[in-house]
Amino acid sequence: MPPTPQPPHPSGDPPGARVRILSHRRSDAESVGDALEAEMRLAGYSAAACFAVRLAWEEAVSNAIHHGNGNRPDGRIEVATAVDGARVYLRVTDEGEGFDPASVIDPTLDENLECTSGRGLLLMRAYMTRVEFEPPGNTVRLIYERSAGGG
Amino acid sequence: MTAPQSRLRIRKQDQITIVEFVDRNILDEANIAQIGEEIGTLVNDDPSPKLLISFANVDHLSSAALGALITINSRIKAKDGQLRLADINSQIIEVFRITRLDRLFQIHPGTREALASFS
Repeated sequence: MPPTPQPPHPSGDPPGARVRILSHRRSDAESVGDALEAEMRLAGYSAAACFAVRLAWEEAVSNAIHHGNGNRPDGRIEVATAVDGARVYLRVTDEGEGFDPASVIDPTLDENLECTSGRGLLLMRAYMTRVEFEPPGNTVRLIYERSAGGG
Repeated sequence: MTAPQSRLRIRKQDQITIVEFVDRNILDEANIAQIGEEIGTLVNDDPSPKLLISFANVDHLSSAALGALITINSRIKAKDGQLRLADINSQIIEVFRITRLDRLFQIHPGTREALASFS
């Protein structure tokens, strides 16, 4: 009998994605980031690809904790990760009300160069193949495709 | 309560303060806040700060760390001081380019070039 195709996860994660609930402790984000990097290396991704995904991961989690959950000590974020030979998938969902990504300033404009925030989103978009916010904006999906990233 | 361990290695050469990071990854917000405070104290204590920040051994850096560097830059500028960055690896230099912060900061390949650039 052919294998039954797995239905998509209700959250929209790909089949096989690992879902975890993280606290705001630094060690939580770090251990998932380390595991992600290890999985990528095992799947043959380059150091540049690992750097790109690690950076995007850190920025997405930091946004969720600070902007989404307002640094509440008891805040939680739900994350999903999946690594295969073709792509790396990340999802980060916070407990906030969401936001409009279009409302974030462009920190690369001369007049904004000295602003101290707003670069997380820019870096996620620069390093990942796709960055998608799901309305109301408290879920972000980040996809790194090996063919596009070269690694 | 004991003071937290310094996240910086600091040395003086002539009138220039040279700062290196203890951590390879500058990602933890609490550490970044501490780094900002420690460098802020160095800037406050110097009437005409000349600061060289070396990124030798730094592998990862977040946007929060960039924000802290921008704050340091503004404080140094307000005192007519000088800030130079050096020893930034090729992956992190790309982060400065993407954010266009390579236009805001004076970045030098190595410590020697950075030291020679102070007026």
